[in-house]
Amino acid sequence: MKVDRRSFLGLGIGAVAGIAISPVGAKLTDDFSIWTQNWPWTPVPPDGEVSYDRTVCHLCPGACGISVRKIDGRPVKIEGLDPYPVNNGGVCLHGIAGLQYLYDPSRVKSPMKKVNNRFVPISWDEALTMVADRLGELRNDQKPDTLACITGSDQGSVPGLFKHFMAAFGSPNYLTMPDLESWLVRTAKTLHGDAYTLGFDIDHSDFILSFGAGLIDGWGSPVACIQTMGNRRQRQATLVQIEPRLSNTAASANQWIPINPGTEADLAMGMCAVLLKENLFDPVFAQGFKGGFMRFTAMVQKEYPLDKVAGVTGISAADIQKTAVAFAKAKMPVALPGKGRGEGAQNLKEFAAVHTLNCLSGNVNKQGGTFVKPLPKYLNFPDPVQDAVALKGAAAAPLAGSVQELVTRIDKSGESPVKALLVYNANPCFALNDPSRIRAAFEKIPFKVCVTSFMDETAMVSDVILPVSTFLERMEDVPSKAGLAATVVGLSKPMIKPVFNTRSPGDVVIGMARALGGDMAKNFAWDSYDACLEQVTARIWGPLVRKGHVVLSENLPAGSVETDFEFLAQNPETVKPAGDLEFTLIPIDYFRVPPTVPAPSPFAIKTVSDRILKGTDMFVEINPQSAKNLKDGGFATLTTPAGSVPVRVHFNDGIMPGVIGMVKGLGHTLDNKYVSGKGVNINALISPKIEPDSGMDAAFGIKAGISKA
Amino acid sequence: MIHDKKAHKYGMVIDLDKCTGCGTCAVSCMSENNVPFKEDESDKKDSITWMRVYRLTNNKPFPDTEVAFLPRPCQHCGGKGDHGHSPCVSVCPATATDYGYDTGIVSQIYTRCFGCRYCMAACPYHARYFNWWDPVWPEGMEKYLSPNVSPRMRGVVEKCSFCYHRYQLAREKAYASGSDEIPEADYQTACTTACPAGAIVFGDLNNPSHKVHQIVKPDPHPDPLNPDVVGKSRNPKVFRLLERLGTNPKVYYMSEREWVRKLGDHYLDGEWDKVKNVYGSASHE
Repeated sequence: MKVDRRSFLGLGIGAVAGIAISPVGAKLTDDFSIWTQNWPWTPVPPDGEVSYDRTVCHLCPGACGISVRKIDGRPVKIEGLDPYPVNNGGVCLHGIAGLQYLYDPSRVKSPMKKVNNRFVPISWDEALTMVADRLGELRNDQKPDTLACITGSDQGSVPGLFKHFMAAFGSPNYLTMPDLESWLVRTAKTLHGDAYTLGFDIDHSDFILSFGAGLIDGWGSPVACIQTMGNRRQRQATLVQIEPRLSNTAASANQWIPINPGTEADLAMGMCAVLLKENLFDPVFAQGFKGGFMRFTAMVQKEYPLDKVAGVTGISAADIQKTAVAFAKAKMPVALPGKGRGEGAQNLKEFAAVHTLNCLSGNVNKQGGTFVKPLPKYLNFPDPVQDAVALKGAAAAPLAGSVQELVTRIDKSGESPVKALLVYNANPCFALNDPSRIRAAFEKIPFKVCVTSFMDETAMVSDVILPVSTFLERMEDVPSKAGLAATVVGLSKPMIKPVFNTRSPGDVVIGMARALGGDMAKNFAWDSYDACLEQVTARIWGPLVRKGHVVLSENLPAGSVETDFEFLAQNPETVKPAGDLEFTLIPIDYFRVPPTVPAPSPFAIKTVSDRILKGTDMFVEINPQSAKNLKDGGFATLTTPAGSVPVRVHFNDGIMPGVIGMVKGLGHTLDNKYVSGKGVNINALISPKIEPDSGMDAAFGIKAGISKA
Repeated sequence: MIHDKKAHKYGMVIDLDKCTGCGTCAVSCMSENNVPFKEDESDKKDSITWMRVYRLTNNKPFPDTEVAFLPRPCQHCGGKGDHGHSPCVSVCPATATDYGYDTGIVSQIYTRCFGCRYCMAACPYHARYFNWWDPVWPEGMEKYLSPNVSPRMRGVVEKCSFCYHRYQLAREKAYASGSDEIPEADYQTACTTACPAGAIVFGDLNNPSHKVHQIVKPDPHPDPLNPDVVGKSRNPKVFRLLERLGTNPKVYYMSEREWVRKLGDHYLDGEWDKVKNVYGSASHE
């Protein structure tokens, strides 16, 4: 065949057209995708009717309203509820990850008892009978006060039921884990008397003086605080953040004032001295000053002169003076106590001194200020009927004022003064300082019952685990806590039937009481927890069910408030970090990691920076100026009087020289490979230091050394 | 070029002065879009995070250090001259990623993708992720997966879709109600609705009644100095990442702080002062 130019071109064009219209290319890409997508298991989520249901999140004290999207009744997504008086449509990453907690690998799926150091599943009847038998023995021995109970919080009807149980049983040893709310109640009690708590109207304040309060790092009701901070600039409200490290809150503040760790109380006292010296306090509010005001005034002038405070805190005298005056001259100032999230180890002197600034400013029970408000009272439990055993036991002196104090008592005695322990919604064996000491003390207690949803560190040292439904599977009243101006009680409702063989914690308490029989059973005559809830919240039950929430104190607290300066006038000692090493180790409250209960979700862990956690390695932050021979990203050994751990180093210019920061809430050992075995629990490096006045652990940090590994 | 005047151009503005770095947007995105997780997620190079929050610092020593956070979804580039030839779309041999001229959204069709990862190489924002492993959920946890978004398989590339399924639902709702307009509130991405600080705003950049349009004030004319750049913000506080490339992202960022805006591109020494009044954002200090 003759190949001329024309036929050559024709062949070429034909070939191009052939390739273009040939199915081979498309077939090959299709085949490629099939070959590359060989997948052994393809989940096809079932489709169905979409519905939305509303409830309240109680993963943290925030108490946000949430909306749950469901497909044929199956929850698939959690979103913020709009409108809701706490969070107005906002939500945080932990709430959104709520569905992961529902199916968490570390969920306790049925009641368990420990046999030869291993947990075996048992029936609810067997579990409750076992608990009742052991607790019944204490009552038979006339020693009901040897039962102790630790709960995560003391507000709401479920802690109320535990308290009712302890009263009917005859034990004064009901303790709660320290949280911001408990510190605020303690502060209000010290300065204003019993049955008060503090709320802060940050929403309307024009000058926020924060002593390390992590307003966007999880302080108070986290979503409400973040929303307030989101609109702060539009309102032209000033935020001055005082803390040793450039936290996210400090980074977003108008001014960050670095301070030597643990000297916040001294600074607040120094600022009080400035206000008193310059007569910058509110004369009208001062009419309510009682007990020791003159002595307090004289004491702060003498003990907290500017130069001395500047030396202690590391802040220049001019800055202290300027900040104090700006605070006093602001229209609606508010001073916030509670470093980081405000939970865990804090100290009463600091809370009291910071709140005294609020009292001196006179912006108390006014818009944009501090609310000294009565503790919310919407629950009406019947008085417990106590038999002779219970009356005797309940009259005994409490063993301790805090969990740490209780642990010290057990530690020091040969035989544990606590014979049985109930733990609900708390994880002291992880969340408190020196957890190994707490575990050791718990080992000395002959019988421990853990009422929990997850196989956490405290559950692991228990003898019996009574598994409770998560917040998405149960009904409960959820009061808002921790620093909000208004008190909102929400009603959480079951979004799904319990996934495992779990019960609501209220039903567990009622079940234990019934199994005990006698007067205990009579005290808990409700058919179920739901019936109990309806009865004890009778005052607000109607609107609670209808609207899903009730706002208890919407208006400014009424009546005058008296302020007692006796406590501060004695100039209580400032708790200093223990030890004499070169650096100070401080915990970092990192919003993406919850510090206590529950442990972080897999989603939350996924968002943790690789400058905090790499593989299983934990990073500590240190200022490059004080890092000496350490290398950024390199390995080092961190030593404190409590122990020594291998860490990696992250150079951060935003932390004071001489300070080492470590994120709190990592280092879990529970049975969840997505969450456990990652990093170090900072609490293991800090030994508790009890503040004499509050009886609480005030060891916010500890002295530490760091050397190249 | 979008000639249809009814065409949408969905975009986002993220206020970096409001962003607290809390990570809620990232988790909301994972939860909405069936994003999986692994036992170890600390190697961020293979961690699938459609929405990733970066930490920025001004690199000044103590105590002048400042920190800001930058959430980064897929930027949904309009490509040079905003013609729809986004970097990833142009290079995909399987047409697995495509530009929606009616929405401005860059799509990803998993069943077409055979994992060549050209798009990942082409994306200047590292917004695309390759599935190296079969996703595995702990036993029972697959029950929370949403049917609106297909779970992805090993061997494909995935990325933020501006919650396209939410667009579909909003569009169906609008059709059903006899309207051809989707109200602003009806189509919002999961990260936007979740952000507790209210830092993320989402809407139609072509619609003057939408908040994004009002904040961005997009310039309808090409940049006189670089005709590839279209839709530049006339708000001096607003900037886009690597804007000079001419990829024309539909995600805009906003900050009062000059050092934050400056981090939007790799400026050579002395370059910023020359370009700051032309590119991205003017100086306010």
